[in-house]
Amino acid sequence: MAAKRTKRVIHMVKRGNMTKFTAILVRILAVILAMIVCGFVVVGVTGDNPVGVYRGIWDGAFGTGQRGWVTVRETVTLLLIAVGLVPAFKMRYWNLGAEGQILMGGLVSAAVLLYLGPIFEDWLLILIMLAASMAAGLLWGLLPAVFKAYFNTNETLFTLMMNYVAMQIVTFFVILWESPKGSNHVGIINAAHNEGWFPQILGQPYLLDIIIVAVVMALVFIYMTRTKQGYELTVVGESVNTARYAGINVRAVIIRTVLLSSAICGLAGAMIVGGASHTISTSTAGGRGFTAIIVAWMSQFSPVAMIAVSLMLSFMDQGAVQTASQFGLNENVSDIITGILLFFLIGCEFFVRYRLEVTTVEIEDGKERA
Amino acid sequence: MRKKFVSVSLAMALCAGILAGCRSTDNGAAAGTVAPASEAATGQTAGEADTTEASGRTPISAADVKVGIIYIGDENEGYTAAHMAGIDAMQKELGISDDQVIEMTGIPEDESSYDAVTDLVGQGCNIVFANSFGQEDFVLQAAKEHPEVEFCHATGYQAKLSGLPNMHNYFTAVYESRYVSGVVAGMKLNEMIADGTITEDEAKLGYVGAYPYAEVISGFTSFFLGVRSQCPSATMEVKYTNSWSDMAAENATASELISDGCVLISQHADTTGAPAACEKAGVYCVGYNIDMIPTAPNEALTSASIDWGPYYTYAVRCLIDGAPIATDWCQGFNDGAVKITALNDAIVAEGTEEKVKEAEDGISNGTLHVFDTSTFTVGGKSLEDQIADGGDYAKYANYVSDGYFHESDAAEHGCSPAFDIIIDGIDSITEQ
Repeated sequence: MAAKRTKRVIHMVKRGNMTKFTAILVRILAVILAMIVCGFVVVGVTGDNPVGVYRGIWDGAFGTGQRGWVTVRETVTLLLIAVGLVPAFKMRYWNLGAEGQILMGGLVSAAVLLYLGPIFEDWLLILIMLAASMAAGLLWGLLPAVFKAYFNTNETLFTLMMNYVAMQIVTFFVILWESPKGSNHVGIINAAHNEGWFPQILGQPYLLDIIIVAVVMALVFIYMTRTKQGYELTVVGESVNTARYAGINVRAVIIRTVLLSSAICGLAGAMIVGGASHTISTSTAGGRGFTAIIVAWMSQFSPVAMIAVSLMLSFMDQGAVQTASQFGLNENVSDIITGILLFFLIGCEFFVRYRLEVTTVEIEDGKERA
Repeated sequence: MRKKFVSVSLAMALCAGILAGCRSTDNGAAAGTVAPASEAATGQTAGEADTTEASGRTPISAADVKVGIIYIGDENEGYTAAHMAGIDAMQKELGISDDQVIEMTGIPEDESSYDAVTDLVGQGCNIVFANSFGQEDFVLQAAKEHPEVEFCHATGYQAKLSGLPNMHNYFTAVYESRYVSGVVAGMKLNEMIADGTITEDEAKLGYVGAYPYAEVISGFTSFFLGVRSQCPSATMEVKYTNSWSDMAAENATASELISDGCVLISQHADTTGAPAACEKAGVYCVGYNIDMIPTAPNEALTSASIDWGPYYTYAVRCLIDGAPIATDWCQGFNDGAVKITALNDAIVAEGTEEKVKEAEDGISNGTLHVFDTSTFTVGGKSLEDQIADGGDYAKYANYVSDGYFHESDAAEHGCSPAFDIIIDGIDSITEQ
């Protein structure tokens, strides 16, 4: 008779239903754990007091009124792009072209500032800029959308490639508009009289950004949850065949949804150029088009979560500048901390959905038996 | 009469100082909320400053000085490292402690430089420096909004145009040290010709430039003229990376130049990319900013370099003395603001040290002018003839007199480089 031996193994078991409250607790726990691990990393690598570094990050993001406003500006910009991605993602259309759509929106905004700045009143100029940037983003999304709808091409690669085309076009215009010649810098447009710059509202510099994003966000979520079109795109995302069976014009839905998505991303370009930088360069989008994908996904399209996630990412980014100068660390420290934080947050989603069970199995004749 | 004028202007300056002082505390206490009132007050001071001849400010004691600086890169990038060394030298010289200096690294040339500069003002800095060309517009924007703070921008050209009393540009006569580093390279070419490694016609230099505009063109022209002062048959090919700091692109561009037949490489870009390519290919090189001998021990001859210490010391001392800071500042060998790094004794040609000394002395005592118009031609003619012919070159008329081009002449034209003419013998590829 063979000797019976036992072995412990770990099983992944799908959870039944975790309450919303517990799920939130798990996520908070993940943030706390991440902070502790970051603490060890910071001490281990630099020898600085981690509490001091955290305080530095907080200080950098909200230490003064001006810093707070910059953090808010970056947050709402990121949020707007993430909101733009939602309809497309919900339809399972992987729009990786936000970066290019932002650039094209920013480019036409710069053109409006340059060429129409001396002609029109400020309010009209801003309206033209917002409309033109949406049109530019929309055009940039049109081509991949049509190809997806008619030839079922892979949109991930297509939209990604469009980013590089946009970058080349921006390079061309930078050289056309550069001053002084050869410097590869457009410089601040309309620096003398600020024509077409987003105005201060109630003495606050970036209030207009907040208003624009709040309005767009509200409209998009009403569209998604309360309209027939919003329902149609969700069905197309779940199953194209079901949608066809239900008599939905799939091609129209794809094109319509992608155009909406890319127009909003284009609008973000106007917000960056008109509201913050007042210039154009290939780094105008600055990777926000990709960061926004993390925002949209991590928050699973929930508006409140999207605000929280974009705030967290911008907070870390802005805090980095401060820790860099305060502790003589460079900005990579905050990248490391952000990385650890994301690792824990994305990792905890696993535990929200599954639980691990340790069970004992008997081993007999080389075979396992539970 | 004169005395009276001085006392009146002093009194006005004092008022301006007090106003500025009050306002800066206001701003600190309630940032932004009192915008209209403070704008009105600043308008007034700006007006006064214009009418007051020497708009010196009230002296600030060394203990109250707070210096802020934004850098395009960090300590790993030669150009910024040289600025950091300059700030350190200033602190040592004037006894400014580390907690009186706020350094921000890795600030890109976009709205983040405006955010960073404004933030430095918020932290109580009374003088703010910025070290990269593309940051100038954003610094200027901040200077308009904060007339109580002095802003100094390296390599820029807009201080004088802006008319703002608190905006300043600074640069160094780095073309002088480039010329001298060119002398070192020219000596080496001569040695290679003498020992038969290359023929006279093969004395072709390669130059890795950042952007095709005046600062870079002035730099490679002075290097080229230095080379030609020793080796008249030399020619040069220039290629651009379109970035100040791109290790991979600089490395690749240097390799391209080498395969185009260049036998000696120099650079106006901030990394060690080009010397690394030279070390690998076995081609001599002349670096920029920092000593490249550690990167290319067998190939690096020397580097043209800038010592920013004299400027930072000057500017902060002005603040302490209450003296006005020059709108444009540009110094060279005379003030110790430029230099070449240690010669690589193992490989430089015999007699190099003497020639270097000769050139440095000539520049210092004014007998040698780097952009001596008798040493080069443009389109086959002297620059003077081209100017006399009118056309594209007429605009340089103000710069050329007494047989040389007055480069970076702070008093006349501002400190930023102005020489952007491609002279004969240089092949500059701007098309990509």
